[in-house]
Amino acid sequence: MEIGLIVLAAMLATLLGWILKQSFNTQPWLAEVVDETANQAPFNARPKLVALTAFLAVVTSFFALILSAYSLRMELGDWIPLTEPQLLWVNTGVLVLASVAFQWTRNIAVREATPRLMPGLLLSGVLTMVFLAGQWIAWQQLNASGQYMTSNPSNAFFFLLTGIHGLHILGGMYVWARATVKAFGGDVDAVRHSVELCTIYWHFLLLVWLVLFGLMLST
Amino acid sequence: MGYVAIADRDHEIEHHDPQTFITKYVWSQDHKVIAIQYGVTAIFVGLIALGLSAMMRLQLGFPDSFSFINPENYYQFITMHGMIMVIYLLTALFLGGFGNYLIPLMCGSRDMVFPFLNMLSYWVYLLSVIILIASFFVPGGSTGAGWTLYPPQAILPGTPGVDWGILLMLASLAVFIVAFTMGGLNYVTTVLQARCRGMTLMRMPLSVWGIFIATILGLLAFPALLVSAIMMLLDKTIATSFFMPAISSMGVDPGYTGGSPILFQHLFWFFGHPEVYIVALPAFGIVSDLLSTHARKNIFGYRMMVWAIIAIGGLSFIVWAHHMYVSGMNPYFGFFFATTTLIIAVPTAIKVYNWVLTLWEGNIHLRVPMLFAIAFIFTFIHGGLTGLFLGNVTIDLPLSDTYFVVAHFHMVMGVSPVLVVFGAIYHWWPKITGRMYHEGLGKWHFWMTFLGTYSIYLPMHYLGFAGVPRRYFAMGNTEFLPESAQDLNAWITMSALFVAATQVLFFINVIWSLKKGPKADPNPWDATTLEWQTPDNPPKHGNWGHELPECHRWAYDYSVPGYKDDFIPQNVPASDAAPAGRDHGVEH
Repeated sequence: MEIGLIVLAAMLATLLGWILKQSFNTQPWLAEVVDETANQAPFNARPKLVALTAFLAVVTSFFALILSAYSLRMELGDWIPLTEPQLLWVNTGVLVLASVAFQWTRNIAVREATPRLMPGLLLSGVLTMVFLAGQWIAWQQLNASGQYMTSNPSNAFFFLLTGIHGLHILGGMYVWARATVKAFGGDVDAVRHSVELCTIYWHFLLLVWLVLFGLMLST
Repeated sequence: MGYVAIADRDHEIEHHDPQTFITKYVWSQDHKVIAIQYGVTAIFVGLIALGLSAMMRLQLGFPDSFSFINPENYYQFITMHGMIMVIYLLTALFLGGFGNYLIPLMCGSRDMVFPFLNMLSYWVYLLSVIILIASFFVPGGSTGAGWTLYPPQAILPGTPGVDWGILLMLASLAVFIVAFTMGGLNYVTTVLQARCRGMTLMRMPLSVWGIFIATILGLLAFPALLVSAIMMLLDKTIATSFFMPAISSMGVDPGYTGGSPILFQHLFWFFGHPEVYIVALPAFGIVSDLLSTHARKNIFGYRMMVWAIIAIGGLSFIVWAHHMYVSGMNPYFGFFFATTTLIIAVPTAIKVYNWVLTLWEGNIHLRVPMLFAIAFIFTFIHGGLTGLFLGNVTIDLPLSDTYFVVAHFHMVMGVSPVLVVFGAIYHWWPKITGRMYHEGLGKWHFWMTFLGTYSIYLPMHYLGFAGVPRRYFAMGNTEFLPESAQDLNAWITMSALFVAATQVLFFINVIWSLKKGPKADPNPWDATTLEWQTPDNPPKHGNWGHELPECHRWAYDYSVPGYKDDFIPQNVPASDAAPAGRDHGVEH
């Protein structure tokens, strides 16, 4: 459970530190003193960004807990390390490229509302679909070589982790698809914020994948 | 200034003003309607759980007298009672119900920041409830694995509901977690982003603080339950071995290779312990506001109260294994978890002292909500003290799985939060419905519930010391138990049936108030918080009419010396509230 604990502790410490910073040295019972600050915003208001950040914290907790389970389960006698398909290296490269493509799109989108962001948007989506297809093929390769999900706990975790990671990417693809449809409908301005948020989400899922992949390779 | 634009969304308000009955009351995106939907659904399943507990008590009090109770469905009653009370009633009611109703009103916003997501959250919650209830009607009935659903027995033959019940239970939990996450993201974002001008974090009422921190706990802790639910579903459906050890079941080898049931316990309690505080923190917050309002005094040590909520929330993540002292853990782990468990007593005790000191020399009005709030202090101290017993490894070992544990957790997270739920419903009833309840009926309801629950749970401590094990269908010929244990069980059963029956008074009161209740004053308790300052009573969609409120002070300006009224609402500017013209506030 150490992994889960450390990750959670880090997230909680960040949050609590922020709250304490807000609350130290305030004297809430004094009406006048705080009135001077009454017109200040809590901080830059971007509800979707805040909600996404909170959601990423939830997902972090989710994966950290599965990894805790992984590390506990690994120590038991029936664990046989799985040899991961070489294809995963290609898939990892494709996911990195998808992230890069999103970053490129985002850099255009934050500057101005221009149709020039469309190629990047399309490219990111296509690369991500290639990644998902690659993961699917990796599953098929394993099954073809007789490595089923139930053959061994390490296999079970492999399919579980890649599956859940893939589902999260699919969720991102839903937002991407909506943004793309909108952008092709001519409303480029409306998708700029979506592109920004998608980029953060894609980088995050790339990071999650690198951690998962690294852990599975090393065990 | 960006946040003002978010909070002040006049154009959107006009845009989705409710038009028809369907959009106004069914597919509503108004946080108040969603709160009521959450509340009514939660109370409905809560009544099912109450009925189940009555069935359990009938068997325990009068063994083998009822042909419709057999060991199988007794275990199903236990399991579903626990699961419904903890998750589908208390979590949903405090966060989905009160969270939804109070956050936007107390923070001075028009609605949640994502109203559509909020609506979706309720309907997905309803789906999880429907799946849960469906499990009563599938072949084999609902699962009887106990609310902790420990493997391996939860998914092996011999446990009731092993074919379909457990599948529906796990699926329902997963759906519930999705619903909660949608709601929870909304509550956190609304608190952080949609507060009105002047509502700094440290001016928020403690109700909002409690709900806010509890939501964060829920967002981080529910994934642990989701992980364990998914893994157990896989163990059950395709025979992976995450949790299932190499085991022979009734002479058959089910094909599991050597998983770890203890791993499940770790994941489950990593969720399960924060869950206690997901239920308790909103209760702490709400009870602070009730005490302060009805004692006409500012809450004692507001900042300490906030920090105590935060400290309890943080600590609640590092105590989970105190539920597992008997799992054969390393004694050093036991020592660590006993220490962290006892450390939680410090911020909790700060809160209790501050509640009592808020009452000290207050101008106490013993109205119905106040009675429930004060009763909460009693039951919570009571349950908290038995927690000190169970938190110590050496005392926990003999008491583990006895009625002492049942008494402890029912006092601390059953009776206490339910008392707050009732107090909060009576307190905000005039705002929610615009009508008053019947004071006399409310007081009868309070006294019978309060004394009745003590009559149920106090004797259980004794039963636990005597060694009566929990979860047993019947005691059999147990040599070490005195005859009187059975008499006590009969008494407890009669008390439980009495308390269950007196809840009818509450529903009579609700119906009476809705039909004949006198119209309520917009601020019947002379309270300071923003929800009592709305232009309409009950507030309309959008809450604040044309202009958002501005917050000028904290939520606890009661009986400020030198003022005519004994309360100053949060939206009254400093200059308007000073009839005597003195520099107020300094005396605090």
